[in-house]
Amino acid sequence: MAYSDKVLDHYNNPRNVGSLDKNSPSVGTGMVGAPECGDVMKLQIKVNDQSGVIEDAKFKTFGCGSAIASSSLATEWLKGKTVDEALAIKNTDIVNELSLPPVKIHCSVLAEDAIKAAISDYRTKQTKRVPAAQTVA
Amino acid sequence: MKTPIYLDNHATTRVDPRVVEAMLPYFTEYFGNAASRNHEFGWRAEEAVDRARRQIADLIGATPREIIFTSGATESDNLAIKGVAEMYAEKGNHIITAATEHKAVLDTCKKLEKNGYRVTYLPVMGNGLIDLDMLKESFTDKTILVTIMYGNNEIGVLQPVREIGAMCRERGVLFHTDAVQAIGKVPVDVNKDNIDLASITAHKLYGPKGVGALYVRRKAPRVQITAQMDGGGHERGMRSGTLNVPGIVGLGEACGIAHREMPEEMARLRYLRDKLKDKLEAGLDEVYINGSWEHRLPHNLNMSFAYVEGESLLMGINDIAVSSGSACTSATLEPSYVLKALGVGDDIAHSSIRFGIGRFNTEEEIDYVADKLIDVVNKLRELSPLYEMAKEGIDLSKVSWVRD
Repeated sequence: MAYSDKVLDHYNNPRNVGSLDKNSPSVGTGMVGAPECGDVMKLQIKVNDQSGVIEDAKFKTFGCGSAIASSSLATEWLKGKTVDEALAIKNTDIVNELSLPPVKIHCSVLAEDAIKAAISDYRTKQTKRVPAAQTVA
Repeated sequence: MKTPIYLDNHATTRVDPRVVEAMLPYFTEYFGNAASRNHEFGWRAEEAVDRARRQIADLIGATPREIIFTSGATESDNLAIKGVAEMYAEKGNHIITAATEHKAVLDTCKKLEKNGYRVTYLPVMGNGLIDLDMLKESFTDKTILVTIMYGNNEIGVLQPVREIGAMCRERGVLFHTDAVQAIGKVPVDVNKDNIDLASITAHKLYGPKGVGALYVRRKAPRVQITAQMDGGGHERGMRSGTLNVPGIVGLGEACGIAHREMPEEMARLRYLRDKLKDKLEAGLDEVYINGSWEHRLPHNLNMSFAYVEGESLLMGINDIAVSSGSACTSATLEPSYVLKALGVGDDIAHSSIRFGIGRFNTEEEIDYVADKLIDVVNKLRELSPLYEMAKEGIDLSKVSWVRD
């Protein structure tokens, strides 16, 4: 199978590889997929509590080149977006940007799921945190 | 050293230049039809075919009249299994095979099941070998054929062919073996191994594509098969169709070379294969060999690199031609059914690479491949959330994964 230049670029130079402190209240972690399916994506966002802007994003992915590229691209797009803007990222945007063939569409779906999972984790943490924050104020 | 490096010799092999040399005159100079009995062109072609038949027979301890030319191993497998099933239909309708057989055998058996035959698919043990006790229990008074491959095309595992053949012989059941990966690579002797039918193909042993043979035993027992193609009654009525003379000459020459050079070549390939394994094991943690190490073709290595997905690994070593059992590299999007049959787990199947070392590989290439793989696996493990979790001491089998 021939890979698009953008997939190759992300595979050879993955952006934002790494991990953020998953216990931090301003970090949301999304982990989707399963080893026996051949894809696991971990995507993390660090959100500025005041502005709601995603300041940092990191990923680690077990999967094919297209899965690595989809998650690498997702971290690039997430940085600088608000959480609400991030929720608007669709898997089809990733498909188009990376020119993914039909058999690789599930990689982009997984990346969208990872974004949503990370945001959901962040929001859950924030809800729990509200009473504590008020005490400080 | 030139790249890309070819290490996919279970898929196909480069034609040996000596084989090409032997074939060339039969395209332009001696182009006759081997069935033309009344002129020089036909005689020359027939002589060449007879010589090839002798070369193939010599390699496997058969007699020339037991060699039937075909278009390749898929046809040989079909002809053997369907041909026996049809010929011996009055005797019984039960066939025994194994879960790790090539699709040419499995799909042929499935077709027969639709036509009223009963097929037992033996599972394999964790090392890829069939359990002989289980085979013994699978025979019924309706069993007419056992078909078990000699060497596996993915994991290189050598089945206990001799014992299987002996069990069949005792019971008056015919034994067919798809021997394409083994013939010319390890000593195969149809008499010592108690084989009644064997599939051969040229392109796995440095011969051309599109030509193969079926060994059909003529004595003790005399095996009969029903032809699967109707026509001019070539090959003693078992396989009609004008003989592919240049291809047959190539198959014969390939067998001749394999026969002469096998002892040295086996030792050399085993040395290279073992070196590759040793280097990878020294350079990386958590690598696993799939299938028995002891009962294995000397040129096969099938290894899983835990926490790294096969297709992404192939992408990183794009100047090396190998295969993966990963779902992403297969047309069906399922991980290798052979590895699944070993019970290794889908995650390990997704991480597997098959190396097939061949006559034209050099030690320099093997060193390069090992170094490059170690590099790429390390890089991909840096990217792998599974490797990170494993290093943190998390038991991945106990994680509840979010499946899509």
